[in-house]
Amino acid sequence: MLAYMIRRLLYVIPVAFGVSVICFMLVHIAPGDPLTAVMPIDATAEQQAAMRAEYGFDRPLPVQFGIWLGNALQGDLGSSIATGRPVAAEVRRAVGNTLILAFTASLIGFPLGIFFGFVAGTFKDTLIDRAVTALAITGVSVPNYWLGIVLVAVFSVTLGWLPSTGAGPGGSTAWAWDIEHLRFILLPAITLAVVPMGIVTRTVRALVGDILSQDFVSALEAKGLSGTGVLRHVIRNVTPTTLSVVGLQLGYLLGGSILIETVFNWPGTGFLLSNAIFQRDLPLLQGTILVLALFFVFANLLVDLAQPLVDPRIKRG
Amino acid sequence: MSDTSTTTLGRAEGRVAGHAAAEQAPARSKGYWSGVGSRLLRDPVAMLCAALLGLLLLAVIFAPYLPLADPFTGSMISRLKPLGTPGHLLGTDELGRDMLARLIYGGRLTLMLGLLPVIFAFVIGTGLGVVAGYVGGWLNTAIMRTVDVFFAFPSILLAIAISGALGAGIVNSLVSLTIVFVPPITRVAESVTASVRSLEYVDAARISGAHPLTVVRVHVLGNVMSPIFVYATSLTSVSMILAAGLSFLGLGVKPPEPEWGLMLNTLRTAIYINPVLAALPGAMIFLTSLCLNLLSDGLRSAMNIKD
Repeated sequence: MLAYMIRRLLYVIPVAFGVSVICFMLVHIAPGDPLTAVMPIDATAEQQAAMRAEYGFDRPLPVQFGIWLGNALQGDLGSSIATGRPVAAEVRRAVGNTLILAFTASLIGFPLGIFFGFVAGTFKDTLIDRAVTALAITGVSVPNYWLGIVLVAVFSVTLGWLPSTGAGPGGSTAWAWDIEHLRFILLPAITLAVVPMGIVTRTVRALVGDILSQDFVSALEAKGLSGTGVLRHVIRNVTPTTLSVVGLQLGYLLGGSILIETVFNWPGTGFLLSNAIFQRDLPLLQGTILVLALFFVFANLLVDLAQPLVDPRIKRG
Repeated sequence: MSDTSTTTLGRAEGRVAGHAAAEQAPARSKGYWSGVGSRLLRDPVAMLCAALLGLLLLAVIFAPYLPLADPFTGSMISRLKPLGTPGHLLGTDELGRDMLARLIYGGRLTLMLGLLPVIFAFVIGTGLGVVAGYVGGWLNTAIMRTVDVFFAFPSILLAIAISGALGAGIVNSLVSLTIVFVPPITRVAESVTASVRSLEYVDAARISGAHPLTVVRVHVLGNVMSPIFVYATSLTSVSMILAAGLSFLGLGVKPPEPEWGLMLNTLRTAIYINPVLAALPGAMIFLTSLCLNLLSDGLRSAMNIKD
């Protein structure tokens, strides 16, 4: 088990390196000069060259990458072309709000998905199973940015129960776990939770149905084990795969929040990214993507490291 | 992936039977694919979805020949008219353009932007995966480790990152979505190919002196294409949602071109005036993606592939 954990830990290094290569390349696959946005139109050729040298764009790509990576490792992600402020500070301020939204959505989506999946898998081919399956496929198929708009139309515009946009009363961006703020997070969190809920439901349903049809379950029942006793065995068998699906969906929550944040004007990384896209602020885009992708890499690492705790087969193998 | 080898074996028999039937007598056409076809025909949900998608596809292809209003010309005095307005069955948008016409023309771009990347990625990913799985060794390591790095990005994040860097536009959106879907298809293709490669008849073909390309073409591709294809069909709805999502963010199609995601974005402010109208383009994305998913599920169960 220790060998597995060490191998998994070391594997993060090449993956994180690859992720940073892709993020670095984002600025360089962009058409045109990355400095066009800040360069004065009447700049002479010498001035342009001087500016390029100042930003380091005149050096060979591998050298640029080395410098960029060195800076990134020290927490310096360059400065925004649009505002001139350090990217790292902007991302740090926004990422907290994204994590709060993703965390709340996971509190809604994962337990519901696991519960629905268990119910449908246990009562396979009944009316309940059909209803849950329909709900799950709806969840998987719905474009969540549209669902957000529909929820706003129903609960904010028509019924007037919940606020339509923002993260707090009076446009405040400082988060607090109180009723006033929770009213603002409810709609975006539900919107974000729908797709992961559908996927987890489908996975757990298939797993539970599969395990219940195996011989060892009949054997357990034949020896007179109670329903809850059998359920304990099923849970132990379902947990490892469910855990890895949940881990993958964490990434979905981080990525999917970009569109949802745009719909609800949530002051997180999605909001930052849509500004970066709108203003063609490539360093801001690059830094935000890098931080989000690294969060995903570490979320997957944690899930994989937790895997031996729930799956004894890994310890042996 | 424990069930892959058994299902592939089952499919191998089916393929051989299908080939024989096609080459010799049409009367003996009880092959694997006709079995899948008849099972699919008996699935009412899948058939309903196939019919709806077929209808949509026909409407979208033959849009210029349908009695529709021009999707580009609007009238400032008839903006945001509700559903059922005379002359505008589904109302008008924020610039007074006919919604029905724009929804049908919009389907052209949305469907194209959703389906083409999966087709491109199917071709590229199958190629990379079969090479990695069949050749193995350092080539496998090189391809699969590169694929792993792309898996470190959630798909939406990767699509937005590449599109954001390349800038808005139809071609850029196609490129970024293709890059998003190549890694998962490659991974599936590699694992299926690796399991086929270790089968005895592939060994037999190799030992009998068949050229490696012949072995791949006849024995490997024939057996790996259908599981990869089914997997690819399950990606079409995600692809369409992502494509419309990119346009929604301002990264895909540019106005005034009609496209469902873009229409959803420009109609967003109309939510306070005419919420049903504002929800229409998104409802189209939702229904199409639901049909694609249900059809893909039906195909999967008709081919006896487990989840």
